Amino acid sequence: MSPILLFPDPPPPELIQSLDMAGYAWKAVANAVAAEEFEIHDGWGGAILVADQDPDAAFSLARALKKRSEPIQNILILINGGQLNQLELRDDLYDDFCLTPFHPQELQARLNHLFWKGGQGTRGNTISYGDLVLNVETYQAAIQSRPLDLTYMEYELLKFLVSHPGKVFSRETLLSRVWGYDYFGGARTVDVHVRRLRSKLGEEYAGLIQTVRSVGYSFGQSRWSS
Amino acid sequence: MEPQKEYVLRTVEERGVRLIRLWFTDVLGKLKSVAISPAELEGAFEEGLQFDGSAIDGYSRVQESDVLAVPDANSFELLPWVDPSEPTGRIFCDIKSLDGSPFQGDPRQVLRRNLQAAHDKGFTFFTAPEIEFFYFNNASDRKPLDNAGYFDLTTLDLGSGLRRRTLHMLEAMGIPVEYSFHEDNASQHEIDLRYTETLDMADNIMTLRLVVRKIALDAGIHATFMPKPIDEGQGSGMHTHMSLFEGDVNVFHDPGDVLGLSDIARKFMAGILHHAPEFTAVTNQLINSYKRMVSGYESPVYVSWARNNRSALVRVPIHKAGKASSTRIEYRALDSAANPYLAYSVILAAGLKGIEDGYELPDEADENLWSLNREQARKAGLQRLPQDLREALDLMEESELVRDVLGEHIFEWFIRNKREEWEAYQRHVTPYEIERYLPIW
Repeated sequence: MSPILLFPDPPPPELIQSLDMAGYAWKAVANAVAAEEFEIHDGWGGAILVADQDPDAAFSLARALKKRSEPIQNILILINGGQLNQLELRDDLYDDFCLTPFHPQELQARLNHLFWKGGQGTRGNTISYGDLVLNVETYQAAIQSRPLDLTYMEYELLKFLVSHPGKVFSRETLLSRVWGYDYFGGARTVDVHVRRLRSKLGEEYAGLIQTVRSVGYSFGQSRWSS
Repeated sequence: MEPQKEYVLRTVEERGVRLIRLWFTDVLGKLKSVAISPAELEGAFEEGLQFDGSAIDGYSRVQESDVLAVPDANSFELLPWVDPSEPTGRIFCDIKSLDGSPFQGDPRQVLRRNLQAAHDKGFTFFTAPEIEFFYFNNASDRKPLDNAGYFDLTTLDLGSGLRRRTLHMLEAMGIPVEYSFHEDNASQHEIDLRYTETLDMADNIMTLRLVVRKIALDAGIHATFMPKPIDEGQGSGMHTHMSLFEGDVNVFHDPGDVLGLSDIARKFMAGILHHAPEFTAVTNQLINSYKRMVSGYESPVYVSWARNNRSALVRVPIHKAGKASSTRIEYRALDSAANPYLAYSVILAAGLKGIEDGYELPDEADENLWSLNREQARKAGLQRLPQDLREALDLMEESELVRDVLGEHIFEWFIRNKREEWEAYQRHVTPYEIERYLPIW
């Protein structure tokens, strides 16, 4: 499934954590212009708009997304209990809402239900980017339907990168997010695995993982670069 | 269950894998394999696969001959050359005793132990080998397949086609290749692997040797890693670049030094140089290995180090400005027939000993060492590397370091096995002798 749009940019850390753990791909945007700019060909898989800080900006973005000729489906609003009146007369701008502070399992259940209604399966069990599809249920990855034979760490690294297209990660961040803090190998481990991944992706797709000089790596086409 | 294992089991199921080959290595560096069905894999992860090790070179013990092969889930790969309708996986194993302790005869455990010793000091050991080999028509016909030379690009060169197919297989198995080219000698080729952590690298070298042979065999060609297959010409070395990292920092690098080399790098090098004669039997384990180590054939002869001197035992390659992370040293005696697990263990341990005991690095060798005669070398205080397997074994037998590194079991077995090899060779009257002596004496 395509990435979920998140607002605001940066999104609250607890939201990122919940989505990462559930295996959803996401991309944060600050406004409607960014939402257009960073949209991939297949369109957004959905949107989670956190409205408890700046409800006006969140609903204005929701309006922009719903007003399109092909409106974005699956918009979930996160709002706190004291602001429920904000939802009045705005039923056309969202598909569901969830109260903040949210419970991760409730959020996931609501997303599952939304995507089920949208015909995108009962859960976010695939992550895709162009020709590349990862199934987080079965641990399988395929490019143009050709299965990729990955080791566990290669798979985990690819999953992480595909889940955050366009974002630049330092080696240290990748090491701590993909391998865990206690991993000994040092940042060179990341370089080694990126090379292995590129060689398995094959010449045509090796460029999906870009080296960002003296910073780290990013995934996806230049269109996504922020 | 650990996620790595779960991942492998899931992949086996999803991809319809029919067969899993459990790989391990004997003390001489020969790849061994036992195949199991997918149904047995989970049990192998949990309890290991029990087998009789007494027929494996270097595994036999007096009391207990059974050992356990425990698959290392991190090393699972599908074999890219197998018919896709019957997917087959391979996985490297650690060999354990029945009580679950690391088996003393397993070279992979030896390397694990020595890498752990480096880890305990905060170091990660990276290696990148340059692996040379020959293609011949078959094992008894040494006629070269081509007459090309170093870096030659040939159009109708069967060997280049083989090498290209080999590279595709390696890349598909996640073994990135840095360079590959036609080597100096007719029919000789070289594949340089990109650096990685050394346990993976030793596994990669074992895989590469199999892939090279397998691709050649499919074309009716014999590939060989024999160190010196032809009399006149280069032998097949496995020069290896190495560096030590502390986290993200290359501790071999010192921007303030003339050579860009840190104190740690100098002591590490000093350790290698000091102990090289003792561990040469491990890095150059065949009688034939010593036919390569003669003057003039790209192989070191004297214990020495230098920057731009290919006759030195340890070379310090000049790295591009600003590339501190690529500071490294290159050990040039290793040959393509070495057991990588044991060879990298002894080199690493010698280097660490140099750091620990603060060895002093001798002066750089700035002349061409191949042109020196015996007298000049003696005056320059240059020590020769052992000149044959017997001398190498004599030096190894006295070495406390090598005994510690390999462990009693492998050390004793290796010396015994190699002494027998030497004695068998001694009894053999060679064609050279017949040709030279029979007509005259």
